[in-house]
Amino acid sequence: MYRYDEFDAGFVADRVAAFREQVGRRLSGEMTEEQFRPHRLMNGLYLQLHAYMLRVAIPYGTLNSRQMRKLAHIARRYDKGYGHFTTRQNLQYNWPTLADTPAILDELASVEMHAIQTSGNCIRNVTADHFAGAAGDEIEDPRPYAEILRQWSSIHPEFSFLPRKFKIAVTGAPKDRAAVQTHDIGYQIVRNEAGETGFAVYVGGGQGRTPMVAVKIREFLAKEDLLAYTQAIVRVYNLEGRRDNKYKARIKILVHEKGLEWMTQSVEAEFAAAAREFIELPSAEIERIKAYFAPPTFAARGTDGYKARRQTDPRFAAFAATNIMAHRQPGYGSLTISLKPIGGIPGDASAEQMDVVAELAERYGHDEIRVSHEQNLILPHVALDDVPTVYDVLRVNGLATANAGLISDIIACPGLDYCSLATARSIPVAQRISERFGEGERAREIGELKIKISGCINACGHHHVGHIGILGLERKGVETYQITLGGSGDETCSVGTITGPGFLSEEVVDAIERVVDRYLAVRTSKDEDFLTAYRRVGMAPFKDALYETNRGADI
Amino acid sequence: MSYAISANRLRDGVVVFLSPAGWVEHLADAERFPDKAAAEAALEARARADEKRNLLVDPTAFELREAGGRIEAAHIREAIRANGPTVRPDLGKQAVAN
Repeated sequence: MYRYDEFDAGFVADRVAAFREQVGRRLSGEMTEEQFRPHRLMNGLYLQLHAYMLRVAIPYGTLNSRQMRKLAHIARRYDKGYGHFTTRQNLQYNWPTLADTPAILDELASVEMHAIQTSGNCIRNVTADHFAGAAGDEIEDPRPYAEILRQWSSIHPEFSFLPRKFKIAVTGAPKDRAAVQTHDIGYQIVRNEAGETGFAVYVGGGQGRTPMVAVKIREFLAKEDLLAYTQAIVRVYNLEGRRDNKYKARIKILVHEKGLEWMTQSVEAEFAAAAREFIELPSAEIERIKAYFAPPTFAARGTDGYKARRQTDPRFAAFAATNIMAHRQPGYGSLTISLKPIGGIPGDASAEQMDVVAELAERYGHDEIRVSHEQNLILPHVALDDVPTVYDVLRVNGLATANAGLISDIIACPGLDYCSLATARSIPVAQRISERFGEGERAREIGELKIKISGCINACGHHHVGHIGILGLERKGVETYQITLGGSGDETCSVGTITGPGFLSEEVVDAIERVVDRYLAVRTSKDEDFLTAYRRVGMAPFKDALYETNRGADI
Repeated sequence: MSYAISANRLRDGVVVFLSPAGWVEHLADAERFPDKAAAEAALEARARADEKRNLLVDPTAFELREAGGRIEAAHIREAIRANGPTVRPDLGKQAVAN
């Protein structure tokens, strides 16, 4: 993985020192909250319902055991013993004090981590496929390009005060596990007819109150033009994007209002006009960064122990079926550690669990850990014959839930339990759905089904692209939940459709069950997953199921 | 119905409530104002002054209600602030109270 050079280390140290001074001035009263707020946000520090919240960047969701142990240490020493992994592959601490924050940032810097640009109207943490470098279907590892974009965009003077926040994702495989079409810019690595690899470029995707699927503005972009083209897109946005209305300030609105043709022409004109010598990516630099992401050396390993355990232990077999993903290297797999225990809080991990994952990564996983945007952890490179041992350790630590990709593998934002923007709670709804369907036979019978829950219209819980999405709203002081169906964040990206009137908290799990039961009734076979069945039969059967027995609240 | 005033303490972000003896951590100890006007007046006169002295952030007046003989915030948002996350009864003010 990427290691800081002298420039990176000095840059992060300078930023921590600057923030320490700013915190000191705020605490002594030299700065008002209004003056201080932009500084704290640029360092990832929010003020939430109960306390401050610090959002730590995990670039493209990749970290090593040393970094994970540091995250655990910070959770114990400065927080309340746990952290929350987010849909942006980041980690949030829910209880740090303002006074401790500089010390926390120092600790992070000691393991090459920071919280820079995890908030504010700038280019946020660049995300990537969590199976990068391991997936069998990958054309090329997307992370070197995500790292190049990270370096280029860190306190970029031209792009630190954009109309709104700006999110970039990169995927290296045709199967889109990074949801690139829901991003301001999505780069998908493709191979052209000449056999060269480059990027298909998507622009203007996003969720929030106005969900939109990105449009493709270029079929093929040469790698050396990655930064020049990104600059062109962000420059057009920075100049033309609306600043008069916060809710119309994302690039998706610009693309929508001006149209695909205008956007494409504007970006191409800017791209053609830019002084290329300053921003063209030399292949030597690409190769230098790629070297950091070179795959580990995989010793040849058998699979006898793995196969034997699958045959003799049904619980292990169930875990292997859902949580082990095919690896490009024979004899290896990518292991998903579900942070969705049945009835638990999606994305939360205790300091002890973080230490356990670090230990397993070090001993059995080539020292690599990934955070997925679905709020799980992944050991990307595990020998299949080591999986039984890893599984046994995970199990005694509450980390062996066999539900990756199943109905109880739910994305949920922190919601009104923590977040000052939320209008309703998300986590308790996720917990009750998880308890209703579990990880056993019933969940396996239902098959792949992505439920995503947001506690407000800002859609941090990605409900628009959930196969079943749930949006928590407030109606006359009461939490109510709107259901959407048919959303998807993959390469067939679509925004879900609202079913109709919403449901009260005590009704919503039954409502979800009626949707699921109707799916089971209409599917042609077990091979037809929920999304495929929905796309075939449409909304009507589900609407009937939802509202024939319960008209729902009028929202 | 009566009102109270909450804020986040600057130094650590902890939710605090205005009381006759200054800022306290538990709603049960908070000063109750008989109506919105009285709460708004206290907010402007006392809470804003402490905000200017950089002791706290975002002071706000909110409505109370009585339920089962206990005073609690009328709105769920303020109730969660006064107690802690509903999904972690071991954390926040409720952890101390229980």
